[in-house]
Amino acid sequence: MSQVPHAAPPPERLTADLLRPVLFTSWRFYVLALVPGIFVVAGLVSWLSQMFFGFGISGIRWPVYWGFYVTNFVFWIGISHAGTLISAILRLVNAGWRRPVTRCAEVITVFALMIGAMFPLIHLGRPWLAFWLIPYPSERLIWPNFRSPLVWDFFAINTYLTGSLLFLFLPMIPDFAVVRDRTTGLRHRIYRVLALGWRGTPKQWHRLETAMQIMAIAIIPVAVSVHTIVSFDFSMAPVPMWQTTIFGPYFVAGAIFSGIAALLIAMAALRRFLHLEDYLLPIHFENLGKLLLVMALLWGYFVFNERLVTYYGNGPAEMAVFWQTQREAYSPLFWTMVLGNFVLPLILMGIRPFRTITGCVIASIGVVIGMWLERYLIIVPSLGHKYLPYSYGSYAPQPVEIVITVATFAAMTLLYVLFAKTVPIISIWELKGGGHGAASVAPAVPELGPSAGHEGRS
Amino acid sequence: MPKWGMAADLDRCTGCGACVTACHAENNIGTVGASEAARGRAKHWIRVERYWEGDFPDVRLKFRPVMCQQCDHAPCEPVCPTYASHHTEDGLNAQVYNRCIGTRYCANACPYNVRFFDFFNPTWDKPLHLQLNPDVSVREVGVMEKCTFCVQRIKAANIQAKAEERELEDGELKTACAQACPAQALVFGDLDDPESEVSRLSRSPRGTKLLEDLGTRPNVTYLPRQS
Repeated sequence: MSQVPHAAPPPERLTADLLRPVLFTSWRFYVLALVPGIFVVAGLVSWLSQMFFGFGISGIRWPVYWGFYVTNFVFWIGISHAGTLISAILRLVNAGWRRPVTRCAEVITVFALMIGAMFPLIHLGRPWLAFWLIPYPSERLIWPNFRSPLVWDFFAINTYLTGSLLFLFLPMIPDFAVVRDRTTGLRHRIYRVLALGWRGTPKQWHRLETAMQIMAIAIIPVAVSVHTIVSFDFSMAPVPMWQTTIFGPYFVAGAIFSGIAALLIAMAALRRFLHLEDYLLPIHFENLGKLLLVMALLWGYFVFNERLVTYYGNGPAEMAVFWQTQREAYSPLFWTMVLGNFVLPLILMGIRPFRTITGCVIASIGVVIGMWLERYLIIVPSLGHKYLPYSYGSYAPQPVEIVITVATFAAMTLLYVLFAKTVPIISIWELKGGGHGAASVAPAVPELGPSAGHEGRS
Repeated sequence: MPKWGMAADLDRCTGCGACVTACHAENNIGTVGASEAARGRAKHWIRVERYWEGDFPDVRLKFRPVMCQQCDHAPCEPVCPTYASHHTEDGLNAQVYNRCIGTRYCANACPYNVRFFDFFNPTWDKPLHLQLNPDVSVREVGVMEKCTFCVQRIKAANIQAKAEERELEDGELKTACAQACPAQALVFGDLDDPESEVSRLSRSPRGTKLLEDLGTRPNVTYLPRQS
């Protein structure tokens, strides 16, 4: 029998606990699905009205042609680095404590990518022609412009979405089989299809392990490249404070940073709403909190670099933007960002007694707000202060942009609730089995206990 | 193959704005009204920038007409995902409205901010709607537009010259802004013809390019004020 960390519920209880949200529905589910659902519908209506009335109902203007939409795009693609990257790395280093965390992380990736990938469409002047980014053989013999970072985005995001969907789906197969075996009727038929004929034979286990190992290795470079390419959207254009070589790693670090924060918030919510206190333990928050601390320091290092080098370079165009963010119109936002992204996590995650679940959630909320502001502060001040002082301008978001932005957070909540309703949000087989095929590797965190042994699943 | 360019003698520019008006009339540029203009939605393919120099009362006023600089190394071109912004053989920086999907990336990449987005379908203050130029297409909501160096005039003049089996003469072809300029501050022509007026002005020791250090290689030369 395998040992499950800490409280170690017996396997029967474990299966029952983790399947409860899937098999039984409380009234809370309907509230949790309905409220964000309303916001999502409001967001869709806003987008339709933007297409119907014209893009002019947004706050975009000359010369600030990108605003909330592109901010949201970069933000959500950043959030998507929560899952796949973290869980892939933890899988590869065989960190035993990762098991209850991986799936809720990977789901964030997939949904955040879907939401983020909406924004290049939402922000288009003519979204109905977005398919021109696809390199298809057209009768006009025109291809997309492969020199454009937006085309690279298109490929990078599609690759990442495909990869992370596979990475999410593979370890769900044995769990689909568990649900399949405990349901009847239509649900049984659906899960039977999803389980892809899983019988739990040694051959199937071996193939699953191999496939996941390959995916875990493959997804890491993809994840790093995705946010580097998103950063290229900015660093490839001759715009003050955009054209800098630091943007690639800066964006990747910021993405992982905001991703961990999103994961911590999601885990705390799951723990509370689905009563997973025995599975998502304080130690998981503690460990991810430390990771958040490391990323906060890394983020601070990048910002310090970017700012100091700009200051010493003293280019007139750069300095106009620099002072805008440092002590003029955008300085309140800038210092809020520093507070949320650096000071808050440093205090809450750096001082041991504060590194509790509540502390983690507060720090994570600070980081999510701070990282959103970071993207806003990269985009708007630079576009508003580009070289010729005659064409300086400012930007104020309009209701349509605000509603769509709120709708994205609602969409994330809605998708997450629906997912937790249909799939066991914690991988049952991984939790039961410990490290299948890698049982000899000691878990990274001793107090979680050894997870050796194969439970009779072959 | 000609290489179209322009020279702007800032000693001559009086800031009258005739070029802006002529450009609007020639290129079917919609008017957006005062409130939308205040929201940054005005479209002026050419604008007269006004800069004050010095401290009161010892101030000096400077004008600078700014239109698309038709850069040889245009930052707007590589960033467009659909080739809506591309380079023609005669060195023009063309914008294909029908190919534009409205990412607005070109406008962000443009250091001169001379690209304009159509936030709504075009409208004209009456009676301007009665004087649309049949040679120029109107642009629908959601695309970028900008100065074309009056490409319709270039095409028409070339066709005319070809029909008459002769070379295009210098000065025969003028953009709307150059034609309207009462002080003849704007001069348009072929930079490949060393004898042309625009070539002569561009070679002037006074000649500078706008934001030259960015390496965009503009085809518009400014002759800064000396007086």
